Amino acid sequence: MSSPTLPPGLAIQKADERIMTLNVGPQHPGSGHMRIIVQIDGDYIVACDPDPGYVHRGEEKMAEYRNYVLNIPHLERPVIHDSCNILYPYVLGAEELLGLEVPERAKYIRVIASELNRCVYTQYWLAIYGIFLGHSTMFMWPAGDRELLIDLLEKMTGARVTHSYFVPGGIRNDLPANFEDVCLRQVNYFEKRIKEYADVFYENPILISRTEKTGILSREKAIGLGTTGSVLRASGVDYDVRKKEPYDVYDELDFETNVMKSGDSYARSRIPWLDMMESCRIIRDALQKMPKSGSVRVKLKPNPKGALGSVYKRVESGRGALGCYIISDKKPEPYRVKLSVPSFRNLIALPQLLIGEKLGNMPSVYWSLNYWPVEADR
Amino acid sequence: MSSESEKETVEKKTEDAKLTADKVSEKPTPAKKPAPTKEEPELPAFEKGIADKIVEKFGEKTTITYVKPDRVGIKVGRDDVHEVAEFTRDVLNYDHVDSVSGVDYPADKEIEVVYHLSSYTDPTLSRQILEVATRAPREDDPIPGNDATRLPSLRDIFYSVEFHEREVFEMLGVYFEGHPDNRRLLLPEDWADLPPLRKDFRNKGR
Repeated sequence: MSSPTLPPGLAIQKADERIMTLNVGPQHPGSGHMRIIVQIDGDYIVACDPDPGYVHRGEEKMAEYRNYVLNIPHLERPVIHDSCNILYPYVLGAEELLGLEVPERAKYIRVIASELNRCVYTQYWLAIYGIFLGHSTMFMWPAGDRELLIDLLEKMTGARVTHSYFVPGGIRNDLPANFEDVCLRQVNYFEKRIKEYADVFYENPILISRTEKTGILSREKAIGLGTTGSVLRASGVDYDVRKKEPYDVYDELDFETNVMKSGDSYARSRIPWLDMMESCRIIRDALQKMPKSGSVRVKLKPNPKGALGSVYKRVESGRGALGCYIISDKKPEPYRVKLSVPSFRNLIALPQLLIGEKLGNMPSVYWSLNYWPVEADR
Repeated sequence: MSSESEKETVEKKTEDAKLTADKVSEKPTPAKKPAPTKEEPELPAFEKGIADKIVEKFGEKTTITYVKPDRVGIKVGRDDVHEVAEFTRDVLNYDHVDSVSGVDYPADKEIEVVYHLSSYTDPTLSRQILEVATRAPREDDPIPGNDATRLPSLRDIFYSVEFHEREVFEMLGVYFEGHPDNRRLLLPEDWADLPPLRKDFRNKGR
């Protein structure tokens, strides 16, 4: 392939006749909306340059033109399957700047919504991981079981995926009547279902042989690269924001964090699945401890103005720690909103993992990073 | 990552820091006592300790912008930011960067770059975020990469800033000196407008 000069932005040059450059994406089903430029020598990857930005929408710029409430529907767009969690740090930050005290019941409902959303996201991610590895059953099962929780979230929020449920000062609306019973039943059934994934997927010798000992990220590298979430915990670092810096009512709930030591693709794909079971535990616990009645939202003034200053808040999303940095200059609109998203932070590990790996292992290593291209682009 | 000689110097540094910390913490406590009675009744003690260590080491070069529960913010001149970052890694045990944000201040003719540092390895710091802010001069007609808007890169101290600094470069036009890979990341290759997160770049129709 004798392509003319590469466009600016690409560093990798053709090295010699043995080396071939491949563009994977940005419209390849195996990459999502991003491009990975890899160079291969025979079957082995010798260089890798991730090139995100295909679906960059300037969410941070848009947030400077809208007030604290109007920012809600568009800031959840980067990752609609996890829309409660991406709004969570923004809402926590806005509450500090606006000086709002959230009612106790709203805190519990937020936790429930956030955990349901984590499962919905993880199921979607797992379905794609299944299809990446050619495992069609693992595409069908999570995609079907995900509907259970989507139905629950639809009852809570009125929307299937883009909930816009969290607002500064609480949540948009209270739970419907009889929600607790339905939620408990569905979550119990969901937990039973995901436990069955062990037989078909996680204990499957074919999956194990394809993902074990591929793309190993050592503990030191995981820390030095600043990775987060399931990638970090699969490399043996016990760090979960829900435990280390509990927000809302996570310090009152009973759950464990999952840590594995091997740091390979298998560990990275197993941690989110184990996390879903912890989420079920959290939801059951929160349903029990939740105040049965009470207000769920503080009434906001129209066009509220934030106090002078800045906040940095973070939560644990389905992919890892998600931070939001808001600067306010006493106007109804924030001066600057920065989303520090886990996908973007984990992307730096991709070249480290792929170099030296077989090209055939690329999909399993890449998707095990729990990477959501649209979120990284914002 | 670091050679043995470097490790030795690091150990020496920590010892020095401890010694100075011991010495200084004895002296200024009586002087500082009247300050809390005025207005700030309860500065969180641990966070104040972090802020004090930085002030002891760098004195006039840094200013503490705030001390809140779990959060400390400092401001550093651009000539000293590299040194301060090295100190935070080697002595204060921060090991990675959570986020790097660029903020445009056209009224001050400056662009601020804010690093949020955090730590996985030190359990006492697991709740903490240290905000290190530094400012670069801003030009009205930017030529990204070829004007005075420059800052030293922290890539050699915190590897995790690599992609974040590339993003700040394209979004605000701050060139990071010493960064090995100053290319665009998110913007299209044919982007020929102002860096879009500058305040004078207006969204269409706004």
